[in-house]
Parts: sequence; C-alpha cells; structure tokens
Amino acid sequence: MTIGPDLAGAVTAFNRFGFGARPGDLAAAAGDPRGFLLEELWTANVALIRDRPPPSGPAALQAYYLDQQRKRAERMSMAMAPPKAPPPVVPSMAPLGPAPPEGASMTPMAAGQSGAPREAAPESPKPQPQVEQALFRAEAVARLQKQLQARLGLVERLVAFWSNHFAVSVAKSAELRAAAGPFEREAIRPNVLGKFAALLRAAESHPAMILYLDNQNSVGPNAPPGLFAGKGLNENLAREILELHTLGVGSGYTQADVTEFARILTGWSVAGPESEAGAIGSFLFKPNWHEPGQRTLLGKTYAEAGAEQGRAALDDLARHRATAGHIATKLVRHFVADDPPADLVDALAVKFRDSDGDLAVVVSALVADDRAWRAKPTKIRSPLEFVVGAARATDYVPSDPGLYLQALNLLGMPLWRPAGPNGFSDLSDAWSSPEGMKSRLDLAWFMGQRMHAPADPLAAMKAVLGDTASGETSEAITRAESREQALALLFMAPEFQRR
Amino acid sequence: MIRNRSELAISRRALVRAAGALGASALCGAGFWSAPASAAGARDPRLVVVILRGAVDGLSAIPPVGDPDYAALHGDLAFAASGERAALPLDGFFAAHPSLVAFRRMYDQKHAAVVHAVATGYRDRSHFDGQDVLESGNPKPGRTESGWLNRTLGALPASASRRALGVGATAPLIIRGPAPALGWAPPGGVGPANSDLTERVLDLYAHRDPPLGQQLSAALAAEKVASESSSGDPARKPHYGGAVEQMRLAAEGAARLLAAPDGPRIAALAFDGFDTHQNEGAAQGVLAQRLQGLDAAFDAFETDLGDAWADTVVVAITEFGRTVRVNGTHGTDHGTATAALLAGGALAGGRVIADWPSLKAERLYEGRDLYPTADLRGVLKGLLADQFGLSSKTLSEVIFPDSAGVAPMKALVA
Repeated sequence: MTIGPDLAGAVTAFNRFGFGARPGDLAAAAGDPRGFLLEELWTANVALIRDRPPPSGPAALQAYYLDQQRKRAERMSMAMAPPKAPPPVVPSMAPLGPAPPEGASMTPMAAGQSGAPREAAPESPKPQPQVEQALFRAEAVARLQKQLQARLGLVERLVAFWSNHFAVSVAKSAELRAAAGPFEREAIRPNVLGKFAALLRAAESHPAMILYLDNQNSVGPNAPPGLFAGKGLNENLAREILELHTLGVGSGYTQADVTEFARILTGWSVAGPESEAGAIGSFLFKPNWHEPGQRTLLGKTYAEAGAEQGRAALDDLARHRATAGHIATKLVRHFVADDPPADLVDALAVKFRDSDGDLAVVVSALVADDRAWRAKPTKIRSPLEFVVGAARATDYVPSDPGLYLQALNLLGMPLWRPAGPNGFSDLSDAWSSPEGMKSRLDLAWFMGQRMHAPADPLAAMKAVLGDTASGETSEAITRAESREQALALLFMAPEFQRR
Repeated sequence: MIRNRSELAISRRALVRAAGALGASALCGAGFWSAPASAAGARDPRLVVVILRGAVDGLSAIPPVGDPDYAALHGDLAFAASGERAALPLDGFFAAHPSLVAFRRMYDQKHAAVVHAVATGYRDRSHFDGQDVLESGNPKPGRTESGWLNRTLGALPASASRRALGVGATAPLIIRGPAPALGWAPPGGVGPANSDLTERVLDLYAHRDPPLGQQLSAALAAEKVASESSSGDPARKPHYGGAVEQMRLAAEGAARLLAAPDGPRIAALAFDGFDTHQNEGAAQGVLAQRLQGLDAAFDAFETDLGDAWADTVVVAITEFGRTVRVNGTHGTDHGTATAALLAGGALAGGRVIADWPSLKAERLYEGRDLYPTADLRGVLKGLLADQFGLSSKTLSEVIFPDSAGVAPMKALVA
C-alpha cells in the first residue's frame, strides 16, 4: 500500500496502538506499520509471562494465609513466653528479591507520604516485607518488564485494557494484594486473543474477582446456611457483571435480573485457609450454598445445574447484542478517540457478533481499519502509557518496580488500584487536569535525571517521534541546558503526550 | 411528620441579597455580587462540595435511633440512643455515627446540619450513573460534558477569584467544564520540577498546545498558594494515620487555597471507599474509618479556613443510599435515599431536616430502601441561592437543568 518507508504510520502504530518506540524500533516498523501490528497479534503465546513467572493465585494466597498463621502463632507464644521471639520465617519467597519501601505505599494519595515513616510492627526492630507486598512487587516487575520488552506493545496494551475492564483493587484487602497479579496472568493474559466468553468465564471465576466483589459469602436464601444460619445474598458481583463486564449500564436489565443473577451465582466462592474442599486459594463451588432451583435471567430460564447454571448464563451474556456494542465502544474509545466514531464502533460490533466474540478477529479488524489511523492524535497518553513509553524511549529496563509504582501512584493511576469496579477512566480529561499535568512535569524532571540521558537528544527525539515533532519541539530540545533537561522536554512534548 | 424544619424563616442576609438583586441586572446577577462585597466587612461566601463515592449508608452515618423499626432492620449495623451501641445524640430522634466527633461539636455550635431521606432524581442503582447525575446536575445519566459546580462558576460575575478548585490528581466531573478550574493535590514523593524546565515546557505549550499549557499554569498557581504554610499551630492538630490522614491533608490544602484573599471560592473534593457491601461495621470497621476521615476533613476546614469559616458551607453528598436491611455478608447493597451532611460557620445549623418517611415495611422504596422525601437538588439550590444569590431561573435551567419542579430549600444559611 505504501511506497517507501511510512515513518508517520510507524509513529501512530507505536503510540496509538502500542507502548511507544524504543531506539531503532521505528525504522523496523516503517516498511509496513499495519503488518507489524498484525504480526504481533499472531505471535504464539505473546501475552503470556513464561520466563520465571511469580507464584500462581492459589500459591500466592496460600503463602499469605501461612504467613497469617505464623504471625498468630508468634503473637500467642510472645504473650505466653518471656520476650524471646523466634526468627521470622517468610515462606519460600526467596526468588522474589528485595522489596525496598520506595513506591510501596499504595494509598490513593500515597505520594504525599513520601519520607514519612511507614507503619511497622511496633516491636520488630527490622520490619520484614509483608508477604502480600513482596508478591505484589514481583508481579509488578514482571508486568513492567513484559511491557518494556514487547516488540510493539499492542498485546500488552490489550492486557492492560482488559485488566481495567475486569478491574479488581488491591486496596480491598491483603488477599487482593496477593491475588491481583495472578488474576491478570491467569484470567486475562491467556484469553486476550481468544473468545470473549472464555475471558469472561476466567475473570468471573478467578478468586481475585470473587473476593473483590464479595461473592465468596453470598448464600442462597433457600440454601441451608440461608435457611438456618441467617446468611444471604450479596448482589455485588452479579450487578457489576451486567453493568460493567457485559451488557453495560442502561441496556435494559432490571433490578429483578440483578437479584436473579445473584441467586444463580450463589456458591461461586474461594477455598479459604480452613477449607476442607478444593485447593486452598482456588475457585470453589459450594453446592450447599447455591440457591436451588431454576432461574430466569433476561427472559431466559436456566435449569438448576449447580455451577453450570452460572456458566450457562455467562455464556449467553457474552453473546448478547448489547455486550458486542459495549465492548466495541470501549475498544474504540481506548485506542482511537474519547468520542468514538459510531461507524467504526458499529463495524467492530458486527465483527464481534459474527466471530462469536473472537477478540483477535475484532482487534485485527480495528487495526486494519483506515478510520482507526486517520483520527487526529487528540487523546492524551494515560499515566501507564506515559510511564512505560518514557522508559521504552530510553531503553530503561529496571529490575525493581519502585519507580514504576511510585510514578503510577503520583499520576493517579496506582497499579491494580482503581477507586471502583469500573476501573480507571479512559478519557483524556481525566488525566490532563491541572494537577495531572503538573505531576507529569515533576515526573518528567525526575525521570530525566534518573534514566540514562541520550548522548544526542535530537536523535533520541527522532527515534521515538520520527518526523512528527514540530519545529518548536525540536528547538526546545536542541536548546535545553542539559541532556537531562532535554529528555524531560521530550517526555513533556505535545507529540509525546498525545497519541 | 416534619422534624425541625425552620418554617420559612428568611434570614437578614437573604433579604439584603434580594434587595441587591432588585437593583441589579435581572439577567445574570452581575452587579449585586459586587455590591455587598464592596462594603466593608461584607461576607465573602465559599462553598465546598465533598463527594463521597460508593453510596453512603445514611442509616449508619446519621442513624434514626428513634425509629421503632430501625434496630431490627439494620441488624448488627444499627446504633442505639444509649447503652453499648450508642451513637452521638443529635436531636433525640437522630444521632450521629461515633466517628463524627467534630461534626457533632459543630452541630452543637449550630454550625452543622443534616438533611435526611434525601436523594437525587436518579432511581436506579449504578454507582457510575448515580455519580454522573450527582455531579453533572442533570436529571438523568448520559450527559457528562460539565459539572454543576463548574456551571455555577459560569453564572457568577467574572473576577480573579472566580475560579473553582478541584482537589486530587484527577478532576472530578462536578468541577469539569468550560469555566476555569484549577487543581491541587498533596505534594508528591517525586520533587517538583525546577523552574527553568517549567518555563521551557510552558513556552513550548504556548506555541504548540495551549490547552495543556492552561492546565499546567493553573496547577502551578494553585501550588504556590497551597505551599504557603498555615498560620495554625501544628501541635494542636490531632494525628490520624493512613487513609484518614490523607483525607485530612486534602481538606487542609483546599482550605488554605480557599482562605487566600484572591483564592477560589468554590471547591470540590472526592473521597472514595463507601461501597460497604461486606463487613460494613458499626462503631468500628470500614465505614467508621471512612467517616473518621470525613470528620477530620470537616475539622481541617474549620481550622484552616480561619475567619473565612464564618462565610463557608461544606456539604458532603453521595450518589445514593444503601439497603435498609443488612445483606448476607454484614453489609448493605445499593439503595436509594440517604443523608447529606452540611457544616460551616455560615449555616443555620443545629438541626436535622427530614420529612421522615419511617421505616415501616409499606413505606420502604421498592420494599428495600429508605424512601426519598427530599430532593438533593433542592438542598443544593438552597445553598447556592443563599450563598451566591443565584436566581431560581438560573438554578432551574442552567445549574440543575429541568428542575423547575424542585424548590430550593429555604434558610439553610443563617
């Protein structure tokens, strides 16, 4: 299609669809930017983290529960014996490496607490990193390295997109802090280029999602614990599946559908630390807690089938017309424009339905569509795209996640910690607030000093922006008072901020 | 039953404003704003909106301990008028959650009030649609191009201090829109960029991306004011840990900006974490901690606004309430009516305003929620009319579109 190298197309490919170019990348993609994107999609197992992955979800939760037991035992022995504490044992966490406190605090505005003393056990002279925090940091660094080492990053962008669509939050509990990383690796990554129905099943049945949306204790009113122990329904998971994960709000379901779906999902639980059934820390269906009987959801009747009743309902939701429209809208809004062009959304929704929700087919159609390329670069990069894009621009691959976590905190997008189950915003306005821009400036300054400043700043600019940089941007970078300042200016340039 | 509602007592200030309005342009109120403000010692009103995201359980925040059905329905989350599960008494019928210590003190000083059984016009139970309605001021979800506080600003006469303040790393919808707003967040662990880089980036944006330049300039201006140290004695500030401290810090910084002579007069903050589906707790627990943070924020506003507190109203609002009955997991699910908390030296406080629907089974909304008997827009319209003298036409068409049927609540401000 193109005659000669298409450098501008390569910039769009990397910035709009990927995580930004590393030095040398643009030239490699300029021959055929679209082909370059499609090639990444069809690379086998491209979404998986296979090189020394962190512990699985059940293993992570088991390590956390074991640590809790150890602490309880310690407290009891300290209460009874003279103060001679046994050396603390952290269960098999050696490969996770050191966990310095920098960037470790994840409260919403944690950045304001930098330098303030972290809470520690009052008696312990040398605080051990919490097990769940060590697991979280290991997951964070594995994710960051995957994003930095991706050839282009389209698949990693999809992982982040779906992880945000099926949002969980580490702020919920220590269990979530341990399980959020495994959720992304086990429920999201294997399915981002598969069928949506499979992704949906995997996400809703993962322990992290069940714990995040409170389904582990939801009991059918006519199941034995409901009848005799006064336990009952919790609607949270059922509502968010309908509202956020599948049909979308306002698509016609009723409060009765929410309640009925909650009944269908009773029994979907997690094997807790004391569980006698199932592997501790894994999905567990508790037949005894399941509301017995057939149920009617969105006009369709589902026969009593235990856990299969919920799976059947999820499969139908995955294929619902409203789901196709909802997912297509979100994808176009994420990649192309805050106000997604209706014709492009409709085209993707049709692809979604015709392919039975084959996400590789849907994304290929998006990438192949001229309308996805022609849109002006009006979107501002999200904090994640900005931070990863800046690191890629300088080939900076850290072995410690501290800066990554700290930067995402500062910019208001803390890793796996959205304010609610709707995830982080995908709109530019949410990130280009005055405070958001000031934080970007501070971070650009910090990264400019921290990362390896290129010998020739103008060449570094051309390596990531091609010939899209304006004369003013080139001039500002050329005239910078130091290489560090030039790098910060590159990070703050409109052509770097927008995509 | 109408409890404690001051019967149409029109305050002296409202009369002064009304007189001013008659003498000024009837279109947008230009002139009558500046007329009273130019007089020596005239008040300089401020309004702070605290958005509590996640839907606050109004029956635990402001428990109706006098309602005969309350204790049984709210189960292990319920408070009592006295005894082991006592909340802080307000008017005998209503009490305040034990976390709301400063709020209750303000109530006793007539600087705090509650409006109960209140809801927006939204009747479904989606957080995100509910928050869109709460913040956009529109009767229905779907329109989110601007927030009602931003439009309020647009309805006020232009001047240097007629800017709104959004606290936090991202601007909440309520403050977004065409009128200029600035942002501020507690300072980060990464140090501030040096001024030389800042100037160069501003210069580049001036040439290549003015919208980004305006955002950055607004933040720099706000930071300058907020960084100037408070005149208060740090030793007397109570210490809170973690999330509570973060909430207090956010309020403290906002208060300093609002207290500045040429600072903003309107601000919005958002606190999250009120979606208590599970183990909500009573005097201790998840909700208790979030309310402690809110209480710390009220306290910080009072302290750091200094003399300006007398002209200030802080209103804490949420998208909807929660179920009257406890769910199967010691929490509550999404509901309808809830309580709005008001504080500030400008308030005619010391009362709980409620047309209480009762918690009898047949009076529950859809058999599960507190029945809404007051429209939150009426409360907010009343505050905007009292504080800024906005006309009912502006309030019903611009600030809260299609709300002519919702009357402003009268005499909220003393």
